[in-house]
Amino acid sequence: MREIKFWQAFKEGLSEEMRRDPSVLYFGEDAGGKVGGPFALAKGIQDEFGEKRVYDTPDSEAGYVGLAIGLAATGYRPVVDISFMDFTLVAIDQIVNMAAKLRYMSGGVPKALPLVIHTMAGGGRRAGAQHSQSLEAWFAHIPGLKVIAPSNPHDLKGSLKSAIRDDNPVLVMKHKAILGMKGEIPEGEYTVPLGKAFVKREGTDATVVAVSHMVNVSLQAAAKLQEEGISVEVIDPLTMSPLDRETIVASVRKTGRLVTVHEAWKPCGMGAEIGAVVFEECFDFLQAPLVRVASSFNPFPYSPGMEDFTIPGVSRIVEGVRKILES
Amino acid sequence: MIAMYRMMNLIRRFELRASELFKDGKFPGWIHVCIGQEASVTGACFALRPDDYICPTHRGHGQSLAKGMSPEKMMAELFGKKAGTNLGRGGSMHLTDMEKGVLCGTAILGDGLPMAAGAAMSAKLSGNGRVAMGFFGEGASNEGIVHETMNIAALWELPVIFFCESNQYAELSHRSAHLKVDSIAKRAAGYGMPGVTVDGNDVLEVLRVASEAVERARAGKGPTLIDSVTCRLHGHYEGDPQVYRVPGDIDEWKKKDPIALFEAKLVKEGILDEKAKTVILAEVDRTIEEAVEFAEMSPFPAPEEALDLVYA
Repeated sequence: MREIKFWQAFKEGLSEEMRRDPSVLYFGEDAGGKVGGPFALAKGIQDEFGEKRVYDTPDSEAGYVGLAIGLAATGYRPVVDISFMDFTLVAIDQIVNMAAKLRYMSGGVPKALPLVIHTMAGGGRRAGAQHSQSLEAWFAHIPGLKVIAPSNPHDLKGSLKSAIRDDNPVLVMKHKAILGMKGEIPEGEYTVPLGKAFVKREGTDATVVAVSHMVNVSLQAAAKLQEEGISVEVIDPLTMSPLDRETIVASVRKTGRLVTVHEAWKPCGMGAEIGAVVFEECFDFLQAPLVRVASSFNPFPYSPGMEDFTIPGVSRIVEGVRKILES
Repeated sequence: MIAMYRMMNLIRRFELRASELFKDGKFPGWIHVCIGQEASVTGACFALRPDDYICPTHRGHGQSLAKGMSPEKMMAELFGKKAGTNLGRGGSMHLTDMEKGVLCGTAILGDGLPMAAGAAMSAKLSGNGRVAMGFFGEGASNEGIVHETMNIAALWELPVIFFCESNQYAELSHRSAHLKVDSIAKRAAGYGMPGVTVDGNDVLEVLRVASEAVERARAGKGPTLIDSVTCRLHGHYEGDPQVYRVPGDIDEWKKKDPIALFEAKLVKEGILDEKAKTVILAEVDRTIEEAVEFAEMSPFPAPEEALDLVYA
């Protein structure tokens, strides 16, 4: 095993797949050799793979996502970088109306539409209302798309590699607050499958299903609750769509209690979906009503105190678990 | 020449027949026909090789037929049948035939252009010498995606042709309600590519202009924007009451009917006579009737097949 940071996991996963498969191309704003993207996440990629495989795109998210769809339909495997998830909305027509539907409405030709849209989501960086959103539920609503939100370096590298090999459009969201997070990965080749949830901590009193970086915050909350003798199971769905319902349902059948945690807002968020899955599939096992922990229902503010108030932290999750155990 | 004449008639008669069938309730949804624009689509597609790509629009019967799509499979698709080009799950607006280079038609205005640019980039990277042609109209020219795509295509010198069928109407409005410039081709200068305006009812002129653009693209010199000026003689969709029509414009444009003009030219030059014309039109009509029969006889997909092909 060796230790890498979250941001390095992206670069390693991308580089390995580009070495492995010459049809993988990379597009991003400022992705050229000297800069490597707004957070230098792809610095050096163009030096290694050249200008025919790595493109510094104009500020035209819809344009280059659309271009990548044409490339994917004709034999390439483009990875496009949209630096902030907020900007995916500029390209949402291409993603939702074109990428997600092209194979379906054309009757299955092209056979594959291998397109990865990689983006950075989440708050906590004092980036304001238009650089902090977590919009996974928008995309998880759409048939034909896959959406993943890995929460640590190991899972990011492994699931990114799976996403690049996948024959469907996959949206990869990476949380910007943990770019420097360290984690262990195997020395050699490995992948993390899409569509499979992971039990990150076993427990018996309540199930916490958390999204993206909230998995890490929920693990901290679980450790704290353990000190009080409360045993919390923490599940990372990793793939928002298609969701691994079985792992979640199996856990709630065991604990009888579900708390969902995400940075996105509560209405129509992943918590609502996960809660509904549990309601549909294991209602008889529930010992308490669903508790949803989410950001407060306001755009993300700039001022640090206000932003910290908005985003769920350890205490809000602890409070949520206590609440569900009391009911 | 005769092949183009035959194709223009095939498109016209296919759509007139489809329109009739639609009015008779033989198939559902909407259809958007390109009657009056046959010279534009035929001239454009006849400039291409069979393995070149096109990205059709929601008004894509003519574009797709001219690129070689089977009338039988297209008619079956209009009927929603499993034997259709898209297995009955696309309909008139999303016609696709990868073997003929017809990438999925799009009904979101302008969205075919980035896909065409992407296919062109794919051709450029793999060095297979193909080019791509993206169709759109002057209405779609006002979409942001058109701007983004044209800039990228010009910047990266992609072998793509942006073919605008200026058919005078954008959905339910005359072009003058939406456009200040008199020709879309003028916008090309803003992207650093050539822009050409052509009489879209003169098939030979369209073929000439499109061939130059294709040659330029194939030679690695990048994209061209063509504004092919024509007129849609029917409504936005079949059944459109067309209250927005400029009075008298149909009569004016009918005088410039592209098929009649081309026919007169062929007759004048001794390439076509009454006898040959009768043979060609009978053959076209037979092809269409066979397509209708094929479509009517074909089975519908099983309803639960709706669940297939969501993911690869």
